[in-house]
Amino acid sequence: MAAGNYLPTAELTASGRPVLYPGEIESSLLSSVDLLSEENPNFPHLKSGLLILTNHRLLWLPNSTPVSSPTPVHIPLSAVSHIFSLKKSIKSVFSTPRIRFQVSVTSEGRVDEKGLRSIVIALVLRGKSDPEAFLGKFWEALKVRAWEEIKVGASGAEAGSSSGSRSGEGSLALRMPVVGVAGILRKEQEMWESTDKSLQDAFQDLNALMSKAKEMVMLAEKMRLKLLAGSNNQATGAAEDELGTKEEMQDWLLSVGIASPVTKESAGALYHQQLSRQLADFVRIPLERAGGTINLIDVYCLFNRARGTELISPDDLLQACSLWEKFDVPVMLRKFDSGVMVIQNKAHSDDEVFARIRSLVTKPDALQSGVSASDAAMTLGVAPAMAKEYLLTAEGKGLLCRDISPDGFRFYINLFQDINSDDVYLVRDYSIYAAWISTNSISR
Amino acid sequence: MQKLGEFKLPHFFNYPPYFTLQPVRDTREKQVQLWKELIIEYCRAQKVFIIGLEEDFPLFSNRAIERSLSHEARVAFLSALVSDGRAEWTDKGHKKCLILWHRIQEWADLIVHFVKENGLEDNVMTVEEIRSGTESRGTELYGIDRSVLMRALKLLEHKGKLVIFKGTSTDDEGVKFSL
Repeated sequence: MAAGNYLPTAELTASGRPVLYPGEIESSLLSSVDLLSEENPNFPHLKSGLLILTNHRLLWLPNSTPVSSPTPVHIPLSAVSHIFSLKKSIKSVFSTPRIRFQVSVTSEGRVDEKGLRSIVIALVLRGKSDPEAFLGKFWEALKVRAWEEIKVGASGAEAGSSSGSRSGEGSLALRMPVVGVAGILRKEQEMWESTDKSLQDAFQDLNALMSKAKEMVMLAEKMRLKLLAGSNNQATGAAEDELGTKEEMQDWLLSVGIASPVTKESAGALYHQQLSRQLADFVRIPLERAGGTINLIDVYCLFNRARGTELISPDDLLQACSLWEKFDVPVMLRKFDSGVMVIQNKAHSDDEVFARIRSLVTKPDALQSGVSASDAAMTLGVAPAMAKEYLLTAEGKGLLCRDISPDGFRFYINLFQDINSDDVYLVRDYSIYAAWISTNSISR
Repeated sequence: MQKLGEFKLPHFFNYPPYFTLQPVRDTREKQVQLWKELIIEYCRAQKVFIIGLEEDFPLFSNRAIERSLSHEARVAFLSALVSDGRAEWTDKGHKKCLILWHRIQEWADLIVHFVKENGLEDNVMTVEEIRSGTESRGTELYGIDRSVLMRALKLLEHKGKLVIFKGTSTDDEGVKFSL
């Protein structure tokens, strides 16, 4: 198909993404679009491709990359002279929507902005699309004429550098007064005019920016829907490069701040994996300082503060921690019965903590009056809230018993297991019970 | 060793956690068991038949360690005794609990033993005499709760071992043994 004769080729990257010009921004993607000319049968009929509207061009990329597929092409917006509005008729409700626009072509029929003839091109939107929205963007892009900014810039530079040599030429140019009051007035006028123009340009930019923002959100939404539809259609077998694009799109969507549209059960988007590793590295030092256990909420604050910008949500944090199970990192997420979640060193095993609690709670003063969470905190070198969680866990394991009184919430070594229910007066020598009794009898 | 009246208290009576209802299942089981035993033995020794939950039952507090059982704990331990058949709630509101350190059947056996020991097989006695007469002094029957005694007697009556007959007043209720 000699599309190259009629339409300029569009350059692609190695992974099939279009190579964009400086300042070129994509504003709309439509899938399954045919590009043809209804009036000229010789004009290439490009079927079911990906149509990309940017602020500079319309690109048409083929759907898949078998060897025989057509080459990707583009139509510079500068060649578009008119866009037709959508025909609204009974017929149009049921038929595939078509967008028609007029482009300038050379006498050979090649699309070119300087062409003197014109031809009408139609886009047949066969995929899921919102023709009205696309049309709106197309109009907008045409109106803003973003490609001219660059050219103005380029030609402005040119004019500046060559004005020296041109001053003698241009006999048709009017001679502007540069001296006298008229000159001053003239200079002021020029200044006003250029300020005015740059203000106008700036506002153009602002408008463009605002509309872009809206477009981005709509685009992202469409992407999400497309991905969801894509994942539902897996049975039909997606082409390989489509899946590649899918991952790219996922990453891109996540970086824009939208949650991964793929379900949670999928192997965790790359974002969470990266975050997970970064978190494991970051958390090492705070963990040491905190004695091996740190509350998840504290990690959330510390991590976000360290990041400065690009803050993560609590949900991101939780996901990142859950992924640790899959990697070989020296930290783990641990949930206590009370629901409190902490991050702790894997090396910092429970048995070791319990051993320390046990020795703490069998000391003479602890035998006599028990330990509180703050006492344990000092010995274990962790925060009191963490210490309490450990004490409660130890209690759950039967190591400790609680004592609740006006004095507060305290823990004692569990003596119940040492007491013989068949003979409640029996005390085994050298048992903890015996030790406790002797400690208590001293004071009472 | 601490004493409550004449009753010798075990060492763990001074263990503060003993007075806090333990949440951990195994620990709680042990705690309940110890309290059940303690209550029974104390009541047996002090001849306490009724424990009022809203009254100051000496066993439920330990001034030395400044601890006492919460209402919830008291209900928990007494209910455990009730489940074992060693106690009964006397009211719907669970405010008073009858402690049967001897089950009714055991009391009945004690009565039979008492009657035989004292050669009273064909005699007639008033209920009051059984409770507080000279023969019963020094036996477990002495000072028995009247309602418990009546239930034991009724049990024996049902078995045909005796007949209860009413006197002119409740004080005169009498029993004719026919063992």
